[in-house]
Parts: sequence; structure tokens; C-alpha cells
Amino acid sequence: MIIQALAFYLFAAVAIASGVMVVSARNPVHSVLFLILAFFNAAALFVLMGAEFLAMVLVIVYVGAVAVLFLFVVMMLDINFVALRQGFQQYLPIGALIGLVLVAELVLVFGAWVVAPGAELAATDRIPAPDQISNAHAIGLVLYTKYAYLFQVAGLILLVAMIGAIVLTHRQRDNVKKQRISTQLGRRREDSVEVVKVRSGEGI
Amino acid sequence: MDSLTMMPALPEIFLAVAGMALLMFGVFQGDKSRHWMTWAVVACLVIAGAAVPQLADGRSLAFGGLFITDPFAVFMKELVLIGAVLALIMATGFNEREKIARFEFPILVLYATVGMLLMISANDLIALYVGIELQSLCLYVLAAFRRDTGRSSEAGLKYFVLGALSSGMLLYGASLIYGFAGTTRFDGLAEVLAGNDISLGLIVGIVFLIAGLAFKVSAVPFHMWTPDVYEGAPTPVTAFFASAPKMAAMALFIRVMIEPLGEAATDWRQIIVFISIASMLLGAFAAIWQTNIKRLLAYSSIGHMGYALIGLAAGTEEGVRGILVYLAIYLPMVIGTFACVMCMRRQGRMVEGIEDLAGIARTNPGMALALAIFMFSMAGIPPLAGFFGKLYIFLPAIESGLYTLAVIGVLSSVVGAFYYLRIVKLMYFDEASEAFDRPMGRELSLILVVTGVFTLFFFVSPEPLVGNAAAAAAALFGG
Amino acid sequence: MTEMLREYLPILIFLGLAVGLSGVIVLASYILARQKPDSEKVSAYECGFDAFDDSRGQFDVRFYLVAILFIIFDLEVAFLFPWAITLGHIGMFGFWSMVVFLGILTIGFVYEWRKGALEWE
Repeated sequence: MIIQALAFYLFAAVAIASGVMVVSARNPVHSVLFLILAFFNAAALFVLMGAEFLAMVLVIVYVGAVAVLFLFVVMMLDINFVALRQGFQQYLPIGALIGLVLVAELVLVFGAWVVAPGAELAATDRIPAPDQISNAHAIGLVLYTKYAYLFQVAGLILLVAMIGAIVLTHRQRDNVKKQRISTQLGRRREDSVEVVKVRSGEGI
Repeated sequence: MDSLTMMPALPEIFLAVAGMALLMFGVFQGDKSRHWMTWAVVACLVIAGAAVPQLADGRSLAFGGLFITDPFAVFMKELVLIGAVLALIMATGFNEREKIARFEFPILVLYATVGMLLMISANDLIALYVGIELQSLCLYVLAAFRRDTGRSSEAGLKYFVLGALSSGMLLYGASLIYGFAGTTRFDGLAEVLAGNDISLGLIVGIVFLIAGLAFKVSAVPFHMWTPDVYEGAPTPVTAFFASAPKMAAMALFIRVMIEPLGEAATDWRQIIVFISIASMLLGAFAAIWQTNIKRLLAYSSIGHMGYALIGLAAGTEEGVRGILVYLAIYLPMVIGTFACVMCMRRQGRMVEGIEDLAGIARTNPGMALALAIFMFSMAGIPPLAGFFGKLYIFLPAIESGLYTLAVIGVLSSVVGAFYYLRIVKLMYFDEASEAFDRPMGRELSLILVVTGVFTLFFFVSPEPLVGNAAAAAAALFGG
Repeated sequence: MTEMLREYLPILIFLGLAVGLSGVIVLASYILARQKPDSEKVSAYECGFDAFDDSRGQFDVRFYLVAILFIIFDLEVAFLFPWAITLGHIGMFGFWSMVVFLGILTIGFVYEWRKGALEWE
């Protein structure tokens, strides 16, 4: 139990610290790397809560793909990040104010947290105890049947994301020489070699 | 467990499948397919529009209760489909002339429409969210569709960043509500709320949810994206933005506020009142200084959403009926106005300045007349349609004792009338400048005539529309 | 709950060892090695370049397209995991539900392919 608590505080502290570094790092590439660290710590926190599946998805999708995409975007933009950062001091007070309001709200909300009396009964899906069933299993039991509708709409969203990415960034390049394997293989001796009788002294 | 039937969602399923089929046809035929693609999508939307009222038999649930159809949903879906069809038809000529026509355009509009239909039919916080995301993702891409110009890309990016922020707020609110009530289903939420004290956590959740939804209808103080996106996006896309998504977002707003959160009405009413007043005032005053017609219409749409929200603030059946009538009148009005904006073309180039309209009554009398009708109607001058919209909104507000709201509404519509009428004055009384290009295109003239006639002669028989709206509103209140 | 966490204990220990060891190695070179830097020693030697600038080079937008298409299929795979575990319990409906989902994404894949988004040049 004590190890669990220690691990929680360690991961939480590192997550918050790397979150701060994401916004304050001078080099944007470092920001992205700190973001990855934050994702890893969030994944560890999920594990501590017993949400193994979410932790793994976080690592696979966010660290494996989203963070890489962020790196690409940072690389792609030719922006002077030092100049971009100049307004930072100016926006700091208002940003801090909004942050404070959010924190105050959270404190208020959790200070006065009451679960509605009917909530237990209304709960559509009680979360099974984690020692009986692994949570990837628990998700699988409802996601593809009871929530099939949401699952399919998620598929549509991904489809639209594909179309959108291609519409916005793909360019048909002309004058590109492509390898056409079928024509290469379909080439026969008769098409390319011609036997010509050359009479001496005349040339072709 | 509710049955997993999917009959009530058949129009949406049909549209989604048809979209995929058309995508395949389009990509295998290459860019030539863009000529027939728009009409194929229009045909699909019309079929869905015909099917929607057939399948709705009172109130029915699908997919285990995540999806709902009732007369309210049918009414709003018809509005969305009409808006999408008109915007698509308007886009054909424009995209060809501006050389941005690609077969993906109608398909993205189709999927945006599917997203809107899902929003209207959402009966669950998660279903609400996926519907919004499907819609928004298509809209972000559409805003940036003219990707070679900086303005369009900027519009897409701004819309995307702010839209993602609002989605985040909406999710945060939804998760707080789930944390409190233990369910994401709308009917479940209503049960939990009935007869319980509303806890602070839930109120914070509701506030975040309202913030996210207010962004989608572009109500103050979440309106900042609207003028830039309207100005930067290609004009037919702007016309689409101003019509169909507004209908869907407003429908969602109404359903969320009335069905699951109706019990908490006393808690959210003041927020809606504030949003409504701020939107009306900003819409009225900020538009006065605009010189670009698309920006002006953006502020005008912010104002119109403010008026519509008055009906929600009333929170009564009459109030909701008022919103539905208002939206149904707003839709052809705004589409027609954008059709006029798309006629503003000199030597093959689009012009968007308000000053460019000077004196066109002499050079383009037909278009000037149509635009004058729309402007008078938006200003709320009887007997045009816009007047009835405002009437049906203000009456329930007064009946519910929201006198301040009604008075501010009337006052701001007086201020708003100033800039609408200024356009009319410019067109009819100022020195004529160069004429706009003729002909304006058959599809645009058709849309102008249809929407203009509707706006002008709505007063002759308002009963069918008002009757349907009343039935739709009654369905929401369990009548 | 604790049972599950105990399974993760080796990973935690491993993590601690890795962090500790890398820390020791970095620190040791500071403490143990003899360090007498002077300006000549630390400057770049002959063919070495001074780093003037950010090492970031601009990327082609096509990398982005590849990355975003990768994310989409990555997510698709993430959806497959719970499905694979529970296939025995969710019946035919669950099976076909996934097939439809994969079908939607396959449509997208065919679209990408025909569009030439998967080709580099």
C-alpha cells in the first residue's frame, strides 16, 4: 500500500513538473519531449487506478502516434519560437487568473461533492470489480454490442479524418516518373529489340 | 436492456453508406466525377429528407436508447437537410468558377449533415459528443477548403483550435455531470435530477456544457471565431455554416436543456438570459462598423442566435415553438442573403465590401430587390417573415415574465435595423457603381426566387409551419 | 486491485533501476573523471562545426500526411484489442460490429490508395 502511495506521488509530481516544462521550455522540441514524459506518467497513474487498458492505449496512441505528429508539426513550421514567446509575460496574468478560477472551481466541486441519491440506481453500467475481470475485457463486453452505435460513429469520424487530411494536404504531383511494374514485366523481346541487317559501308 | 433496433436511424445509416459508396465512385472515376457528385449527394439528402418523417412514429429509441427520434427531431432534421441541400446547390457554380471544385466537397457536406442529424437525435451525452465531433471535423476541413489562400487556411485553423477548446469544455462538463448522476443517458439524467437537490458539481458541469454548446451556436461570449471564419471560408461554405450547423446546434441545445436538465431550469435560466442578451447586443452594435458583408452577416447571425435563445430562456413549450418558427424562417432568409453575396462578382472576381453594393438597384434590379426583401425581413419589418419569427419569440418571453429580456430584444432589433436598412439605402439611393457580372447562374436565381418568395409571402399562410413547430415543441415536453 | 498492481511491481523496480543507473553513470563522469577544461579543449576541433542554430530542419508536409494516416490506423488497432479478448462473449453481433467498423476504415484505405496518398513521389 505504501509503495502504491509513493508511486502515485512520484508519478503525479513528475507529470505536473513535465506539464509545466511543456509550456515553459525554450526549445519547442523539448516541449514535445516533455509532453511525452507527461503522457508516460499519466499512463502510470492510470495503471495505479487499475485502468490498464487506458494506460496502454495512452502509450500506443498518444506516445506512439500523437506525440510523433506533434514533433512533425513543430518541425514543419518555420516559426521563430523566441519571437512567439515574447507575449508570454503579457498573457501570463490572464492565463494564471483562468487557471486559478478553474482550480477554485475544482476545489469547490470536490469539497461539496454529493452524489445524487438516485445515481446508483440510474447508473447504466456498473463498473465491475477489477479483481474479477480485466478492464480491457470489461470494455470489450459493452463497446461492440451495447455501444455499437458510438463505435460505428467513431469509425465514421476516422473516415472523415482521413478524407480531411488528404483533401487539405495531398497534392497530385505531375511530371513524376513512376515505376510501373506491370509494364516492366510485360515487356517482351519483340517490343524493344529489333534486328536490322546492316550492309557494309552504309550504316543504318 | 433496450433493444438494439436501428430502424429509426435508417435515414442516417442510408446517408453514411451512400457517402461511402459515392466516395468510392468518386475516387475510382477521378476528378471528373465532381460534375455529378453534387447532384448525387443532393439526391441522397432529398431521399433522407423524405424518409425522416416516414420512419418517425411518435417517439422511438434506437441502438439501446442512445438515439432518439420524435417530432422535434424530425422538424429540426428537415431544416438541416434543407439547409444542406440549398448550400450544396449554391456551391456548384461557385466552386467551378473559383477552381476549387473537387468531388470531396459534397461528400464532406454529406458527412457534416450526418453528424448534425446524429446531434439532433442524441439521447446520451456520449452520442451528443460523437455527433458534434463528426459534424465539426467536416466543417473544419470545409472552412479550409480553398487551401491555397491564406485566409481560408487561417479560417480553418482558427475554427479548429477554438472548436477543439470548446469540445474540451463540453467533455469536461459532461464528465462532471456523469460523475454526479452516474449516467450519461438523457432520460436517466432527468430521473436523477427530479426530486433531488442540484449539487454544486452538477451546476459546474452544466455551465461547462452550456459553454461548449454556446460555442457551437456562436453565442456571446463564445462568438470570437465567427467573423473570422465567415470571412475566410469560401462563400458557399459560409452559407452552409450560417444555416445547417446552427439548426443542429440549436436543436441539441434545446434538447439538452429541456429534456435532461429541465428540472434544473432555475439554475441555468440566468446563464441563458445572459448569453442571449450579450449576443443580441453584440450582434446589433458590432455589425454597425463592419465593411465586409460576410463579417456583417456573421455578427448578424450572432444576433439572431441571441433572439432564438430568448425562447430557450423562457423554457416553456411556447418558447420552444418560438425558437423552431424562428429558425425555420431564419434558414431561407440567410441562405437567400448568401446567394445574393455570391452574386457579387465583378470581372470574374468576388467582391465582399458593403460599399460595392452601392446603386446596384439600377444595374442589377432583381438581385437588389431580393436582398432588400431579406434585409427588411432580418430587420423584422412586417409583414415579412422575419417579423413573425421575432413575434413568436417575444410573446412567450413576455408570458414567462422575462420583460427585461423582451425589451432588450426589441431595442437591439431596432439598432440592428439600422445596418440592415443601410444596405437597402446603399442599393437604392446611392450613386451606381459598376454592375455585377451577369448572368448570375441558374442555380443562384432559383434559390433567390424560392427563398425570396417564402420570405415575402410567409404571412399569407403561416399555419402549416407554426402548427408543425407546435407539434414538435409539444413532443419535447412529453405532450 | 493490489493483486494487479503487484504484477506491475517488477516494472516499477525496473524503472527505478533504469533511472538510478543512468543517473549514476551521468554523475560518475562528473565526479570521477578529471576535468580541466580550457577554451581550446572545449572548442570544436578542425572539421567539427560550431552549432549556430536550432538543429530543426523544415519538414515536408507529406510527413504529416503519413503520420496522420498512421494515427488513424493506430486507433483502429487499439479498438481491436478488447474485441479480440471478448470475442467469445459478445456473439455474432459483436463480431459483425467490428467487421462493419473495419469496412468503414477499409473504404478510407481504398480512397487513400487510389488518391495516391500512400505514394511518396
